[in-house]
Formats: sequence, structure tokens, C-alpha cells
Amino acid sequence: MIDYHFDWSVIARNWDSLLGALLLGLELAVISLAIGCVIGLAAAYARLSGRRWLAAPVWAYVEFIRCTPLLLLIFFIYFGLPEFDITFLDKTQSFVLTLSLYAGAYMSEVFRAGLASIPKQYVEAAKAIGMRPWQRQRYVVLPVMFRITLPSISNNLISLFKDTSLAAAIAVPELTFVARRINADTFRVMEVWLTVSAMYLVATYLIATLLRLLERRYATIR
Amino acid sequence: MTDTPLLRARGVRKSFGQVEVLKGIDLTVRQGQVVALIGASGSGKTTFLRCVNLLEEHDGGEILLDGEPVGYRGEGAARRRLSEARVSAQRARIGMVFQQFNLFPHLTAEENVMLGLTKVLGKDRAEARETAGHWLNRVGLAERRGHYPYQLSGGQQQRVAIARAVAMQPRLLLFDEVTSALDPELVAEVLGVMQSLAESGMTMLLVSHEMLFVRDVANHVVFMDQGKVAQAGPPREVFGRPESERLKNFLGRMHGIFGHFEE
Repeated sequence: MIDYHFDWSVIARNWDSLLGALLLGLELAVISLAIGCVIGLAAAYARLSGRRWLAAPVWAYVEFIRCTPLLLLIFFIYFGLPEFDITFLDKTQSFVLTLSLYAGAYMSEVFRAGLASIPKQYVEAAKAIGMRPWQRQRYVVLPVMFRITLPSISNNLISLFKDTSLAAAIAVPELTFVARRINADTFRVMEVWLTVSAMYLVATYLIATLLRLLERRYATIR
Repeated sequence: MTDTPLLRARGVRKSFGQVEVLKGIDLTVRQGQVVALIGASGSGKTTFLRCVNLLEEHDGGEILLDGEPVGYRGEGAARRRLSEARVSAQRARIGMVFQQFNLFPHLTAEENVMLGLTKVLGKDRAEARETAGHWLNRVGLAERRGHYPYQLSGGQQQRVAIARAVAMQPRLLLFDEVTSALDPELVAEVLGVMQSLAESGMTMLLVSHEMLFVRDVANHVVFMDQGKVAQAGPPREVFGRPESERLKNFLGRMHGIFGHFEE
């Protein structure tokens, strides 16, 4: 360590690919969160539907995902699906599918709690002006729930962004993977890992700040 | 003028589990009338109001709005609840103001009033905004149109809730103890709005403990006791000549709280 001589030129030479890899990770996280929110919302409504045949399989899905390490899920889907002749997904798509299913399980719990926490007075007020069931959900329940759960959604986005580093295991060219490749080529281990750590930190901090602004913008429920 | 009352309830029954809360309520509200339900808590006033607006389903008897049964079709064993779409359409003709205001927390005062106008009545936004502005002005809150509920006092929230209900141009407005959750100094502003609505000919059915207001504004007072109508008539009669001991006791208790209100 004492003898280690820092040579930061390796970062300058690879800056474009590092930055591109960082943006890819962000993109994967955002897409997965979006799909995960759709899955999570459907799952939450299924759990709250009171219909066992609907709620039970969804419960099993959520528990299976939550009790399985994410890396295992990534391998399971990436190497497992081709065994069933499902081969049209490339590794990035396979990873997005995995992360979306993963996010969906967690978001379903967030949304379930959110939906359950909405006071029934709001629904009654919507009924009283003659809104139909789907209108009550669309214009009253969901917007209120979105505002209540926004902090949890933010936390999930940050977690998902950091989880994208696991995509390196199946050679998706995101930041961790690219960093490892540069390491292998140049052996500038310290420079690369320090830089990459800083990039994760700055990106996470920026997301958190942006989301906090969003939360403040929507903080009309006290 | 036809003879069909705007609202007619006949033998309305409702139980929660083993407890029978309404034991056959008969009640008529005519166009332009202000009818007040009074009685001790637990007498079934609020439950009856909620049955009228289908927030609760009555188990027996019938409620007719403009001669049309509310919530159900068919009779006896063939009685069926109407589809949610039909129920929603019936609710749109009846306005309701709640004890806890129940404003939509994510919408401004103006948007609260506009939501039903655009989504239920299908008005375009410009027209809905104009209507909302008119009614917010009418309840004295034109300058607060852009405020969210959490930025308004209880009395202001309740006035927005009244504007939201009346903007839908309902046939009938229901008021469920709308001043009970308010600080005492905010009660008058809400009662003032209600009185002005009554004077403009709005048909109203209200549950209230504000006996002075009931005496001055209602045309017809219904004293409910243990799930039944115990006495009904003009305020002068009900307050001036209470027939039962229970009404006398009730009025006596109210007297202690709200001061002198007999003739």
C-alpha cells in the first residue's frame, strides 16, 4: 500500500465509458422501478381484493422474492429461462425483468400499506359526489396514496440503483462491470474503485436530493 | 307542483349485526323544505342520513327520491341492490356534507369543488372552474381557492365542503353534524352559509345539535329516539309542546348546553 503510486490518468482515459456505465445503471433502476410500481400496484390490489384465489398466489410471489437473494434471482432468470426455450431476452433485458419482479414484490408491500392507510372518509366524500368505483380509485385513492408512499418509493429507487451493480455478475455493462474490466486491463485498482465509489455516492446523493424536492412539492397531506 | 315529495322514507330498517339501529323510519321531505333530525347520539340520525345517500345499505323499507327507489329495485325477496354505476348516479343527485369535512387532501379548494363537476357531470374545465369560483365566492372563500385543505381552518374547510356539495346542483343536501368537529368560534360562519342556502330554496335534511339554528331555520323537526321517530312537526310544536318525557329530557339537556331556545 505504501508503495502504491496513484496514476489518475487511467480515469481520464476511461471517463466516457465510466459515465456511460453509470447512466446505464440509473436507466436500469428507473425502468425497473416503473415496471415494479405497475406490478406492485396490481399485486397490492390483488392482496386487498379479499379473493383468496387472487391473493394467495400473489402472497407466494411476494414472499418468494423477498426471501431469495437478488443475485440468485438474477442467475435463476438469466440461466433458467433459456432452459424453457425463452431465449429472446438479452442479458440486459433479463436483468431488467429480474429487477422489476424484485421491485414489484417490495412495492406491493409499500402500496398495500399505503392503500390500507387511506382514511375511508375520502372515499365516502368521493362516493357522495357520485364518483364511480374506478373514478374513486383513479382520482382520490391513488393520488393520496402516491403522496403518502413517495418517501418509500424514493428509498426503493436508491436501493434499486445500488442493486444494479449485481448486473455485473451476468456481464451487463453497468458501472461495477466496467470498473472491473478496466481493473483487469490496467491493474489501477485503487484509482478505479475510489472513483467508482465516488460516482455511486454522488449519483445517489443527487437522486435523493431530487426526490426530496419532489416530496416537498407534493407534501399537501398533513 | 306535483304532490310527489322529493324524499320519502317508509319503514326504513337497518341493523349492524345484532343491533337494530333503525326500527322503521317514516319521513318526508318536500321540495324547498329544511328538515332537521334531532335526538341523542345513538338514536340513529346519522345512520338514517347515510342510508339516504347509500353510504349504508338499509335492510328493509324503502327510500324514494323523486318517487324512485334509492339503492334497490324489486321488492321483498326479489329485492336487489342496484349496480354501482346506478348507485353512483343516484348519489350524484344527493349532496352530503360530513362532520369531518372530508376534503380531498391532495387538491386545492377550487380543485375539490371542480372534481365532481368534471368527472361526474362531465363539464369542461373552464366551466367547472367558473362554477367552482361562483360557489367558493358564495361561501366567502374566493381568495382561498388555491389553498390546500391543510392551509385552511376547520370552518373554512367545511365551507369548501359545502361548496363542493352544492356545486353539483343536487336535488337534496344532507348535513351530518357539520359543526360538531369545529371550534366554537368557527361554528357561526358555517351555520351562516347553511342558512343562506336554506333561504335560497335549497332542500336540506340535516342532523344537528345546534338547537337555536334548528329552531330558526328548519321547517320541520324530527325527534328520533332509539331508532324510531318519536315526534315530528314544526319547530314551534316540537320545542314548545314536547309529548314525551324523553324529548323533554333531551331538550332540557340541550337547554343547559346551548341556552334558551323555546318559544
